[in-house]
Amino acid sequence: MQRIGVFVCWCGSNIAATVDVNAVSEALAHEPGVVFSTNYQYMCSESGQNLIKDAIKEHQLTGVVICSCSPRMHEATFRKTVAAAGLNSYMLEIANIREQCSWIHKDKAEATEKAIILGRAAIAKVQLNAPLTPGTSPVTKRALVIGGGIAGIQTALDIADAGFEVDIVEKQPTIGGKMTQIDKTFPTLDCAACILTPKMVDCAQNEKINIFAYSEVEEVKGFVGSFTVKIKKKARYVDPVKCTGCGECTEKCPMKKIPNEFNLGLDTRRAIYIPFAQAVPKVATIDPDHCNMLKNGKCGLCAKVCSAGAIDYKQKDEIVEREYGAIVVATGYNPIKLDDYDEYAYAQSKDVVSSLEFERLTNAAGPTGGTLLRPSDGKHPHTIVFVQCVGSRCSNEGKGKSYCSKICCMYTAKHAMLTREKYPDTDVYVFYIDVRSPGKNYDEFYRRAVEEYGVHYIKGMVGKVVPRSDGKLLVQASDLLANEQLHIEADMVVLAAAIEPDKSARPLATMLTASMDTNDFFTEAHAKLRPVESPTAGIFLSGACQGPKDIPDTVAQAGAAASKVIGLLAKDKLTGNPCIAHPDEWMCNGCSSCEKVCPYGAISYVDKEFRMPDRTTAIRRVAVVNEAVCQGCGACTVACPSGAMDLKGFSNSQIMAEVDALCKM
Amino acid sequence: MSKFDKEQILRTSGVNVLKCMRCGKCSATCPSYDEMEYHPHQFVYMVEKGEIDKLMQSPSIYKCLSCYACVERCPRGVEPAKVVEAVRLQVIRQQGMNHLTPDDIPALLDEDLPQQAIVTAMRKYSK
Amino acid sequence: MNFSYYPGCTLKNKAQDLDRYARLSAEKLGIHLEELSEWQCCGGAFSMGKDEIASKLAAVRALNGAKEQGQDLVTLCSACHNVLKQANDAMAHDEEFSEHANNYMQLEKPYKGETRVIHYLELLRDVVGFDNLKKAVVKPLTGKKVAAYYGCLLLRPSKVMQMDNPENPTIIEDFLRAIGAEPVLYANRNECCGGYAVLEDRAIAQKKSAAVMENAADQGAEMMITACPLCEYNLKKNTPADGRLPVYYFTELLAEALGVKE
Repeated sequence: MQRIGVFVCWCGSNIAATVDVNAVSEALAHEPGVVFSTNYQYMCSESGQNLIKDAIKEHQLTGVVICSCSPRMHEATFRKTVAAAGLNSYMLEIANIREQCSWIHKDKAEATEKAIILGRAAIAKVQLNAPLTPGTSPVTKRALVIGGGIAGIQTALDIADAGFEVDIVEKQPTIGGKMTQIDKTFPTLDCAACILTPKMVDCAQNEKINIFAYSEVEEVKGFVGSFTVKIKKKARYVDPVKCTGCGECTEKCPMKKIPNEFNLGLDTRRAIYIPFAQAVPKVATIDPDHCNMLKNGKCGLCAKVCSAGAIDYKQKDEIVEREYGAIVVATGYNPIKLDDYDEYAYAQSKDVVSSLEFERLTNAAGPTGGTLLRPSDGKHPHTIVFVQCVGSRCSNEGKGKSYCSKICCMYTAKHAMLTREKYPDTDVYVFYIDVRSPGKNYDEFYRRAVEEYGVHYIKGMVGKVVPRSDGKLLVQASDLLANEQLHIEADMVVLAAAIEPDKSARPLATMLTASMDTNDFFTEAHAKLRPVESPTAGIFLSGACQGPKDIPDTVAQAGAAASKVIGLLAKDKLTGNPCIAHPDEWMCNGCSSCEKVCPYGAISYVDKEFRMPDRTTAIRRVAVVNEAVCQGCGACTVACPSGAMDLKGFSNSQIMAEVDALCKM
Repeated sequence: MSKFDKEQILRTSGVNVLKCMRCGKCSATCPSYDEMEYHPHQFVYMVEKGEIDKLMQSPSIYKCLSCYACVERCPRGVEPAKVVEAVRLQVIRQQGMNHLTPDDIPALLDEDLPQQAIVTAMRKYSK
Repeated sequence: MNFSYYPGCTLKNKAQDLDRYARLSAEKLGIHLEELSEWQCCGGAFSMGKDEIASKLAAVRALNGAKEQGQDLVTLCSACHNVLKQANDAMAHDEEFSEHANNYMQLEKPYKGETRVIHYLELLRDVVGFDNLKKAVVKPLTGKKVAAYYGCLLLRPSKVMQMDNPENPTIIEDFLRAIGAEPVLYANRNECCGGYAVLEDRAIAQKKSAAVMENAADQGAEMMITACPLCEYNLKKNTPADGRLPVYYFTELLAEALGVKE
């Protein structure tokens, strides 16, 4: 018989306001095996933990039940507490009387009764608990960063700086991401290229960092500390070692009319191309969808002009397998497609552009060399209308995103300000619903746009844009403060499109078994306390893949993710979860059901010699669990037809004891 | 009085006015804006505040063209036109409050006017 | 192929051309339009009041008529189409309304929105197919620059109408291409003409219709087509005479292209 102590937490008023904590500790004191029962205001505080430790010693407790918040919150805390008092940390059970009781009930009598029942179930379970000792597993001292934008770059640099190896996998031909397309950055107006490209070069030159550009993650196996990842290096049809990045081929290629994705289709590139001059790696890539040689076997001009002999039309995709201890997701974002918003005439007029397109039109490395010209006729626009929240903050079914995209208010203020600075004869209107500027020096920045640069901020939305044959765009909008409908003859309209996670994120999440929200943003382990970790051990989150973020937030989170990775890689061994499957060899009939359902490949079979009751010897095929690989999901225990497979810490008998206790009422 | 009217309007329209985020896109897109004393976004807001009497007394309720532009373009799915319709119904359902009667029609006709215009107007303006 | 057909009141009077050319063209394309034996005026506008029951019953009766004939119901007038579609949607999805309406109607079997309502344009696109229509054309309208005027009621509310992208529709433009004409895109093709308000406020109809026509003309259109008698009226009568484009029902151009226009 266990000697069980029960500790009921008030959680301030979180539990105590709805649950009569005295009644709970009093009722549970009479349960079989309970030798001590008490309640306290904050069980997780130092004095609360001391109370538990003292009781364990004083009453020679062998089992502990804590009635408190969810085990997701403080199980780890209390395991340490009981261990400090000399108890095996798996002799602890938590009854969740907060999330599953006090927070969701109003009636105090009912909630109290439920709390008592939940406590009873935990007591019944702890009666059957046995001490467990976690195994250990090794740590591969290398990290994988998926995505080579500013988030991935910063994470990789920070990890490498601590002395660990890092691989960056980037699906584009160059690292750099969205930030390479941006002209200047708010609120300080540093040039994006000037602060980003040195970091790109640092990545290339850092001997701890290995860049897999133009590559994609194909398969992820394993678990925290020991991931095995297959990376597909897509064929560039150019030998990256021989290519010097001279660009001769990109000038001679006869296929000239291919929309240039770096400039969002505002100009064209060739079939062999280097995305931009500062690309890392600076290696040419052949676009197989447009190359005449690859499609029809005719041309070969690039091979002729390449003095390095780097062109290789026979190059094939290559699969590389690498081991990692930790994986960082940094897959970033994209602006949404504006097809559903043609009331703004985006599809009808070239002069209605997205904000990212506007960014290219004002960038010195963009299609107009940094001079702001209308895409339709190359003339200077004199009236520009910016529309905020296009597709953000929408609850209209099937259209737009429910969330605030967070970055648009500030980049629009930047666009408006820079336009007025460079072209003071331009009238600039910004239609806004709310101006959201809570970052450091952000509101001051927005106010400067208004007060110093004379940008017209108008509270209201644009309802319709009508392109006219003389090139004007008739903008019909509401001015809510003046209670007027405005009609503005604009030369350009700029739409602040909502941002969404990159499309590659969803299949990647499946590969990583990392959870996502309904918008396809990766979910963090805890919104406040573990913001850069995925709930899946060993998977970390950096940048906009987790939620809309601007550059300062992204860099901060990238550093945080790196520090978590460093903390993991610095360990020589990882303590595993002892709550894993184990088969009863005598009951196992070797049917393979468990092996088939195991998602981790942790189960195999061996032929084993058994001394039978009649003293004969038999060779039987039985299941064996690889303790380092088993994650304790329990699928095998359900699949096993003979009940041979059981989960330590969650055995069938423990679960049934809980159910019995719950049903006894 | 006013509270009852507000609830009736919410029931008739089926609109949840609390979904409005005050962006004004309904009024930005309204083709009848200049004809209206109270504009679509004000209908939504004034119903929320319970200022139904002002709306009921305003000629604005006969200016909505039922073009559904505000319904289509509202980012929050508020459907302002349904609020306007509900206020108008609340008025014309009262005794003697028809805005248009069959006797008014002959003077308004021309030889090409389609029947559709007359039946629609009767439906919108009278009970 | 047989379809039930709801012409609506205006097509029996001021908009007889819209109806006549539609029937002639349908026969040529092997489609038989069977007019519902008893139909009443749809009311011109779908009342947005959820507690308006009686004013929607004429539409429900027509929908049930098609259900009893076991056929899809084809509409032609934009307003009728809008009313029938919205009434059908309410019968299918608004339980309270559907129960009320069925109680009033006392049908043998309650009507629950079973009938599929398709506009004549959807018939051309989804049943005939624009490719087949193109093959059936004997007098293509080559070189004619035509502005498609959708107005409001064909497209909105799009959740119910589901005909096309409400902000960037293509169905009439694709139709125009099929009959050999050149569609002219202009932003105001889905803005309101002023509608029924013309009855007591001609000025607003003039303002709105003029904005539509000026935009179409500005983008190079030589003529306009529509599916709505009220739009046609407003565009023809309430636009400035100077620079007014000719306005036709789309079925007239269809009949002409198919060589069945008398």
